[in-house]
Amino acid sequence: MEITISDLWQSAPMVSLTLTGLVALLVESMKGGRTTAVYGLSLAGCALAFVFSLWSLGSEVIVFNGMILQGGYASYFSMVFTSSAFFTIVLSRPYMQRLHREQGVLYILILFATVGMMLMASAMDLIILFLGIELMSVCLYVLTGFVRTKVTSNESAVKYFLLGAFATGFLLYGIALVYGTAGTTNLKLISQSFAQLSGNSLFLMGAGLLVIAFSFKVAAVPFHMWAPDVYEGAPTPVTAFMSTGAKAAAFAAFVTVFIRTFAITGTPISEVVAFIAAASMILGNVTAIAQSNLKRMLAYSSIAHAGYMLSGIAAGSAEGETGILFYLAAYTLMNMGAFGIISWVEQQDDTKLTFDDYAGFSAQRPVVAAMLSVFMFSLAGIPPFAGFFGKYYVFLAAVKADLVWLAVIGVLTSVISVYYYLRLVMVMYFRDGNATIEERVPGFAFAVIGVIAALVILLGLYPSLVVDISKTFFKL
Amino acid sequence: MILESIVFYSLAVASVGSALLMVTRRNPVIAALYLILNFFCLAGLYLTLQAQFIAVIHILVYAGAIMVLFLFVIMLLNLGDERKLSDAISPRKIIAGGLSLALLLELLSIFVTGTEGLPEYNADQALQVGTVEYIGKQLFTKFLFPFEVTSILLLAAIIGAILLAKKKPD
Amino acid sequence: MYELLHDLLGDSLLVYVIGAALPLLFVLPFAVVAVLLEMKVSAHMQDRVAYMYTGWHGVLQPVADILKLLQKEDTVPAAADKFLFRLAPFLVFMGGYAGFAALPFSSAYIGSNIDLGVFYILAVSSLAVIGLMMSGWASNNKWSLFGAMRSVAQIISYEIPSALSILVAVMIVGSLNLQEVSKFQEGGIQNWIVFGGPMPLLQKLLLLPFTITAFFILFLAGIAEVNRTPFDLPEAESELVQGYNTEYSGMKFAIFYLAEFANMFLVSGIVVSLYLGGWTSPFGDVMSGPIWSFFWFVAKGMFFVFLQVWIRWTLPRLRVDQLMYTSWKVLTPFLFVCIFAVGLILVL
Repeated sequence: MEITISDLWQSAPMVSLTLTGLVALLVESMKGGRTTAVYGLSLAGCALAFVFSLWSLGSEVIVFNGMILQGGYASYFSMVFTSSAFFTIVLSRPYMQRLHREQGVLYILILFATVGMMLMASAMDLIILFLGIELMSVCLYVLTGFVRTKVTSNESAVKYFLLGAFATGFLLYGIALVYGTAGTTNLKLISQSFAQLSGNSLFLMGAGLLVIAFSFKVAAVPFHMWAPDVYEGAPTPVTAFMSTGAKAAAFAAFVTVFIRTFAITGTPISEVVAFIAAASMILGNVTAIAQSNLKRMLAYSSIAHAGYMLSGIAAGSAEGETGILFYLAAYTLMNMGAFGIISWVEQQDDTKLTFDDYAGFSAQRPVVAAMLSVFMFSLAGIPPFAGFFGKYYVFLAAVKADLVWLAVIGVLTSVISVYYYLRLVMVMYFRDGNATIEERVPGFAFAVIGVIAALVILLGLYPSLVVDISKTFFKL
Repeated sequence: MILESIVFYSLAVASVGSALLMVTRRNPVIAALYLILNFFCLAGLYLTLQAQFIAVIHILVYAGAIMVLFLFVIMLLNLGDERKLSDAISPRKIIAGGLSLALLLELLSIFVTGTEGLPEYNADQALQVGTVEYIGKQLFTKFLFPFEVTSILLLAAIIGAILLAKKKPD
Repeated sequence: MYELLHDLLGDSLLVYVIGAALPLLFVLPFAVVAVLLEMKVSAHMQDRVAYMYTGWHGVLQPVADILKLLQKEDTVPAAADKFLFRLAPFLVFMGGYAGFAALPFSSAYIGSNIDLGVFYILAVSSLAVIGLMMSGWASNNKWSLFGAMRSVAQIISYEIPSALSILVAVMIVGSLNLQEVSKFQEGGIQNWIVFGGPMPLLQKLLLLPFTITAFFILFLAGIAEVNRTPFDLPEAESELVQGYNTEYSGMKFAIFYLAEFANMFLVSGIVVSLYLGGWTSPFGDVMSGPIWSFFWFVAKGMFFVFLQVWIRWTLPRLRVDQLMYTSWKVLTPFLFVCIFAVGLILVL
């Protein structure tokens, strides 16, 4: 029952990223510690973890006494998280430098948060799941309030922390009830006895509390209240990280528990999730129309996207899982890109964040405007961009699971969403104005956004890339 | 044993009572003190379940360290009366109260009815599981990985706390 | 001990009450002796003679003091939180007194032979912290509040070095039960943990520097936890009148004093049990047995009480920042090194 070297080796993505974080911490704490060194180290760590994940994609194993899964599903999500972290770090640097708030700790916290996300995706035990969620959340609370001189940043951090702590309470209570009824926290053992457990009302209560906790983390209605304020108040790159990596991690945990462990199709849990999905899609999309601040608009859009993905979970099938996997990859890319561009245009004093500020943007910055349009089209789910296929797979899974009404709501609300996404495109191209980015766009970050845009198009043209991964490699 | 049930029921009543008093008191210091009383009652309940280690940890960490620091902060901030903060009863509050009540009733009914067919422990098992030796062995063999992860979690929390609490934002 | 009481009285509530009250038979006379000791030692260190009139060389003075305190008016400030104000001294005393339950006075007597032993003592002593906090806050007096805050900050900070140094001894023995820890050190002075414990010679020599360090730190942290000079900032009379017990008078004030003396002995008892053989005789089998072991335990304990008095009248008081610096940046890192080294030596 001891940890062996092979265990450590097989969980290379996680271990390497943790070690990078610790080394970066030492570098940062040394006298005259150079932020640039920490920055480079963090990027290298993310890249290394990405490579390790890619490499271990084909070899699925359960390590550390049945505590975590490595390879396959976990590796796929590790790739999503490390890319999200990589992009966030790249985008943070110019943003924080403009605010004169650059500190190496920022990157280190992003790394630790990523480790937490990886734990969430690879958890095979509810304890690990809890620790992963906490590790990620603690880092995000601090990152949200990173700009200490700004009141909005502080306010949103406190809001996020208080509500997040409350959600943790629900999570723990749920875990306690599940443990009390199943007699174990091991997900594999719980899945074996799920058939007889699902009749137990205490167990269902536990599962219900877990749904609440996860719904909070993915920002689904009615547990979404924090999202707009926190997204608006946090530094924009951190918002990008929260809405991509953190959301993907929460969904990874959601899928692990509610599709891979519990067979929820046809149970009351499925109905509850379907209701939350429908409510998120409707409320998210309708409220997003009324927003003038882009960060808030994207926050509501992120609530709506959580709703789309939840319909995959309500389906509870392997198709639903694949759909969510694809959706998350696409969503991470397009949202990261959109937030990346917004974080450039944004000014230090929180201005230049409204639709009107983008009037005439296409004439000023044709390439950036084109990329932003790509992201907006993709978010709206217009073919041939990646976002379309995400929705397609998820809704298909819902239809197959006899949740036609949910798919119908999904499609209808998607139509609504086209309005506010394309409004930005319309403003950029068809309205005159003098939108300017005063600062020079940093070359490296610019290139990274370009790569993201290319990937969004690539995934839209070849959606089978991701679908094949899940079909070929996920066996456990 | 009669003595045991006397201990259990008095602790149970005291813990529920102190929890209610903690929520309803206006003065934050008094509320915090009731919370401490509540922690002591809970520790006593753990003892009746033969979970010595958990009981002692509960007192040492929660009642002893965290709550004392909590009181410390309340006193430093000099949060006198909370009454100024509270607002009038709004429809929102009524809805929230109704939903909470529904959840409470649901939980109660489930705890009364839903406990059949659960795994059972006998006294000997409970006695064995509650000791320091057993917990220590489990922690360093089966649960070694979560144990190590906890250290990273604490490290991240410490970094965050220092970052947010540093005097000079540099 | 419970077995004996059980045999005599059967399974009744009385057994528990008597069992719980037994250490009081020690603590109360001890407090009287300690008051006298404090006064006499301090006087002779300053070239005075202290009490001389009540009894032979003034030995009855503490008794007279107690009678005087009993007659004093029991004042409660008008602006105080009356209930908490009255409750606080009892909590402070309870925190210290409850610890006596796990202290092995002799090879035949320990209040409660629980596995958790010293860990339990650490936990219940936190009750005293809450009592101090309560007394400071309920008095509604700024000096009291400052005193209480200082004492709490100090006790909580020093709980870390003291817990860590306890851990060093516990790692060597492999048990938290102080009775077991004392048994482990039987066989004479060379087997005491402060001298490396009953290990093979090489291991003993390797352990020696770390156990001695941990022993000193434990004693130091112990003094800080009972708020005595040089760590007596909570009642720094030149700054805070009398600290958290400024507003107390009569018997309540006396209870605070009783608690302080009880804590002094408790701290000494922990140090003795963990590092200096507890109730074991320093001469191996010579002078051992239940009665002798009681003698040895009390003698060693009293020596450390004397040491605390000695230190009090020798050293000046530290500043708050020096106090915190010592705990967090000196003692704690040293103990981390100790724990790591001891673990390594024990494994190899």
